[in-house]
Amino acid sequence: MKEIVVISGKGGTGKTSLTASFAVLGGKDVIVADCDVDAADMHLLMEPDFQDSEDFYSGELAYIKQKACIQCGKCADVCRYDAIPVIDGKYIVDPLSCEGCGYCARVCPTDAIINKDLNVGKWFTSNIKTGSIMVHAKLGIGADNSGKLVAKVKSEAKDIAEDEFKKYIIVDGSPGVGCPVVSSLSGANFVVLVTEPSVSGLHDLKRVFELVHKFNIKAGCIINKSDINKDVTEDIIEFLKKENIVHIANLPYDEDFTKAMTNGQTIVEYSNAHLRELITDSWNKILEIIN
Amino acid sequence: MSTNLASYLAEQQEVVLTDLDVEEPNSGLFIHQDIENDGVALSHPVIIEDKFKMIPEWIEDKCTLCGICQEVCNFHAVIQLGQIIMVFPELCHGCYACSELCPESTLPMVPKKMGELKHFKTGRLNFVESRLIIGEEQAVPLISQTQKYIDEHFDDNTIKIFDSPPGTSCPVIEATKDADFIILITEPTPFGFHDLKLAIETMKELKKDFGVVVNRHGIGNNDVIDYCEKENIPLLAKIPNDRRIAELYSKGQLIYKEVPEVKDELDKIIAHISELKEGGLV
Repeated sequence: MKEIVVISGKGGTGKTSLTASFAVLGGKDVIVADCDVDAADMHLLMEPDFQDSEDFYSGELAYIKQKACIQCGKCADVCRYDAIPVIDGKYIVDPLSCEGCGYCARVCPTDAIINKDLNVGKWFTSNIKTGSIMVHAKLGIGADNSGKLVAKVKSEAKDIAEDEFKKYIIVDGSPGVGCPVVSSLSGANFVVLVTEPSVSGLHDLKRVFELVHKFNIKAGCIINKSDINKDVTEDIIEFLKKENIVHIANLPYDEDFTKAMTNGQTIVEYSNAHLRELITDSWNKILEIIN
Repeated sequence: MSTNLASYLAEQQEVVLTDLDVEEPNSGLFIHQDIENDGVALSHPVIIEDKFKMIPEWIEDKCTLCGICQEVCNFHAVIQLGQIIMVFPELCHGCYACSELCPESTLPMVPKKMGELKHFKTGRLNFVESRLIIGEEQAVPLISQTQKYIDEHFDDNTIKIFDSPPGTSCPVIEATKDADFIILITEPTPFGFHDLKLAIETMKELKKDFGVVVNRHGIGNNDVIDYCEKENIPLLAKIPNDRRIAELYSKGQLIYKEVPEVKDELDKIIAHISELKEGGLV
């Protein structure tokens, strides 16, 4: 079983559209894991049935029982996150600032502070239109620990893939270079970097590749909208050569990407033979590399 | 959008644009171009500051291996392995519990560099960005230190625009929780609409005043606009879908200088926000 992670550093490059296309091309062989839990969009193209859902708890949140509180202020003194302001003479935990370290509860002389388990979201297992299974999630609003939810989605996808003898897991990765993308990358066999030829696209590609490099994972790159700026496309290709990243394909700027999405379709299901061919070739190339 | 808005506003008044997307900061790519076009040599920042987070460092000789540090750490960042206390800096949230509850004071907190803040200035436009070191996993401490820098260096007469990280989780909350007004930018597509609804839910949770800007207006469908009208959400502007804009963006150029329709749309945003007294925008 091989795990392919698709990432882009930043939004708008077509990462999810391509991941969904690969999921369709791979069909029953591919378990899909949507690890972009902050903005999970894969389900809009995969027709999931949300068969199973489970709450996800991670971390804690301090809560002050006002009856037991003697207003000594020790909790607020030790809190490094300014999460315990005094409101109308009462010490109250600001849930958006509390990191759940539990320090306040340990110093409270009257045991007025308890730590509550924090529900940070839900994760789902769904049958999808490819005849396979997708694991996906919805992060609670403003929730912390999205990295842990990503890890959960991935480990569930892995379990299912092993149980059902699937060949591949394809992961729609998170943006940025912080904890969610670190979780997305761990254990991957191959990383597909989706970029676009803009100064910001190249900048983000370089930063996210630095992270991929630290993990020592083999990588390939798809340059989407490559005809928008031929100079930057050349710069990207040069960067790929220098870093030994496989240049998988150039895709043209094409509004059919958006039209397909508006129909709830991936671009390989939409009537654009040219794009379908390019993306099918890309998928075959990826399979060739990892096998 | 934030770079165009900030540069355009700075033609008239003092503005500071802050890139809080510390994982992938790239507003600077657009601002630098502007600085070069104006012929002002300002590739040198006015100020560069290293930003640190505090983590515990184990001093072996006084340690009695009592295990309190490991017990109080909710993040499993301090682990006792045989005769050794190991600290995992990337898991540490800097709460000081292990350090201050250690009976022998063998875990003093020491600074560890997590990123770098740079402050540039040209004319009326200040630009501040912070950049997380690759491998550091937590963006929130760097975001909050960057906001502190802005509070200390700029008064209420300066318009403060913040470029927020994407998503709805902790970095976004940190970036938006003190703002006076939030501008949500979306595309009129199913993905854009879906993510916009999550962002709106987040802003409602934070009890924030906000408005929506539709980018690439003309592609996709009408769901975003219909939704905003139905929910009484101010639709601040519609940036047309135009390949020229994508090309200018790809070169890191400011759009409003080349495409007059974009300037008109920015004027609409400014008209809306100028009714707000305070200066903080995200």
